[in-house]
Amino acid sequence: MSARWEVLSGDEAGTLPEGEGLRLNLARRYRVASLWRTFFVAAVLVAIVSLTALLYNVIDQAFGLVAVQNTVEPASLAVGGVPLAEQTSEQLLTLLQQRVPSAVLRRMESEQPLAQRSREDLNALVLERVVQLRVLKSWPLHLSLLDREAIEAQVGEQYPQARLVFRSWLTPEFLTRSQSSTPALAGVRTALLGSLWTIAITLLVAFPLGVGAAIYLEEYARDSWINRALQTNISNLAGVPSIIYGILGLAMLVRGLEPLTSGAWFGAVDPTTANGRTILSAGLTLALLVLPVVIINAQEAIRAVPRSLRLASYALGATQWQTIWHHVLPSALPGILTGSVMAMSRAIGETAPLVVVGASTFIAVDPSGPFSKFTTLPIQIYQWTSRPQDQFRNIAAAAILVLLALFLTLNASAVLLRNRYSRRYVS
Amino acid sequence: MTIPAPLSAQPALDRTRAIEARGLDVYYGAFRAIKGIDLEVTRNRVTALIGPSGCGKSTLLRALNRMNDLIPGSRVQGQVLFRGQNIYDASVDPVQVRRRIGMVFQKPNPFPKSIYENVAWGARLNGFRGDMDGHVERALRQAALWDEVKDKLAESAMALSGGQQQRLCIARAIAVKPEIILMDEPASALDPIATLRIEDLMRALAMDYTIVVVTHNMQQAARASDDTAFLLMGEDRAGILVEFGSTRQLFTNPKDKRTEDYITGRFG
Repeated sequence: MSARWEVLSGDEAGTLPEGEGLRLNLARRYRVASLWRTFFVAAVLVAIVSLTALLYNVIDQAFGLVAVQNTVEPASLAVGGVPLAEQTSEQLLTLLQQRVPSAVLRRMESEQPLAQRSREDLNALVLERVVQLRVLKSWPLHLSLLDREAIEAQVGEQYPQARLVFRSWLTPEFLTRSQSSTPALAGVRTALLGSLWTIAITLLVAFPLGVGAAIYLEEYARDSWINRALQTNISNLAGVPSIIYGILGLAMLVRGLEPLTSGAWFGAVDPTTANGRTILSAGLTLALLVLPVVIINAQEAIRAVPRSLRLASYALGATQWQTIWHHVLPSALPGILTGSVMAMSRAIGETAPLVVVGASTFIAVDPSGPFSKFTTLPIQIYQWTSRPQDQFRNIAAAAILVLLALFLTLNASAVLLRNRYSRRYVS
Repeated sequence: MTIPAPLSAQPALDRTRAIEARGLDVYYGAFRAIKGIDLEVTRNRVTALIGPSGCGKSTLLRALNRMNDLIPGSRVQGQVLFRGQNIYDASVDPVQVRRRIGMVFQKPNPFPKSIYENVAWGARLNGFRGDMDGHVERALRQAALWDEVKDKLAESAMALSGGQQQRLCIARAIAVKPEIILMDEPASALDPIATLRIEDLMRALAMDYTIVVVTHNMQQAARASDDTAFLLMGEDRAGILVEFGSTRQLFTNPKDKRTEDYITGRFG
């Protein structure tokens, strides 16, 4: 020990740069640092450019000029001088029965009897089926803004009857209208409600189960090989592709637990629902999918609670449960909430597992409970983008904007919750 | 599991002895941290545990109210007698022990709640019935903190200074009416003025409680304690009790050569 110390304190073992050498050495170190810095800035730039491109793409499709033309002019549908918009339900019903093919009428009757529908619904049906405002062609936003003359010339030449109007595909009506085979009349209400129902079930199941499992693993589980294996498996499950969860949901929930998921056990069988392909199945599948993420996030939040806080509680004669309930959980809550909401954001954007579980491709009837058949926003977007008509691309873009707004709302609520429950730890 | 009789129901066999360690060994896994400790702590006195780093002072302190149970892999042999009963008996609930033997930690660790709640929480969870406001005030007065905080009881305890936080932690411990208060270097994170206030407080609290304090600071032991135990790391790295006696005797006339070397600053 002492021998080595003597060598180090002598001057033969090596030298540190001085003068010019020091300057060069320092310059090299700064060069390396600035190279790394450039890389970091570039990484951020790539991320920003990608996000901007995504938004540009969506917005470009969601707004723009359209050439529109009515098949039947609404003015010609006025009865006794009463314009279409002011006609009663009975008048609208008669109109539909006169003008719509009986096969289509029968299908609409089977979804929901026409006589039971509201005046607004009937009016929408008349517009969709009789007036049939057709969008002949749509142009993306950048062309609409930069090349309007060329578009006008093209419309005048190809669609002399048509009007050219600027259209935002994302409108309040887009949110409140249900599905339609005519893009200009389609809306996301069914899909939005489906998404909200599904995410509510996912939250109700995944949050308590996930937090409960995290409390057990962090606070009660001993350091045994079983618990270590459990922990490893949970971490691995968080990385399993979501389609696998879809297959699990199909086998276990849709098929295996059909009496539960179809609502038969509760006497709530919906005749239009084929077997267990319900909102409940979808919500439970997504709950399984995000459960590992919720557990891991909650575990991390619980682990971050200072040990001194637990010790203080125990030293006052608190039991383990009192310590967990009064100190650990309140301190971990902001982290648990943030992590759980992030997991919900992931669930709301999931598509693949729901395709497997059996989301409906086309339903115009709103989900009314956990045993309804359903579709969700991402499924709807996927459907629309795969249709051949151009205008479905436009409404898909509008639906993407709706989905993004939903994401932002969820994440903002996570931030608000965190700030609300955050307590600062000083010293 | 049978519900153990509350410790308070046991007759106090010895009127002068607050707590006693007999042949106490504490292990962390295979490592023995302290070995064969015999220590008798006298009622209503301040007993200081001194010794160099790593000699097992804090381990011994934590063994006195079963806080070591919270460290995975820890194990105890020997006895700690409190009210004539070994607190490591299978029939004794550690929660009961900690209710009677409180603890104040090295770093002030108030709960992230209001000042009032910090004091009231422990009393409430142990089933306190009565005038909680008066109870909180008494505890804060005993901890010499009342005058500084009486106008801001609803404010966060985190806004207090380090020294105030530590006195709040002492008030919190007092509020569950313990018999013994263990203090693990309670002033080591504080400035000299705050340190002196804590020392004065220890002296005052010894009127009603028994205090066992771990300290790195020999002046502090000399100033504030009645009895002093000197621990040292043995050859196998296990802490042993070298000498125990009244503080005056130990500092002025140590019996053991190693104690003398330590208190005169020859090592440690």
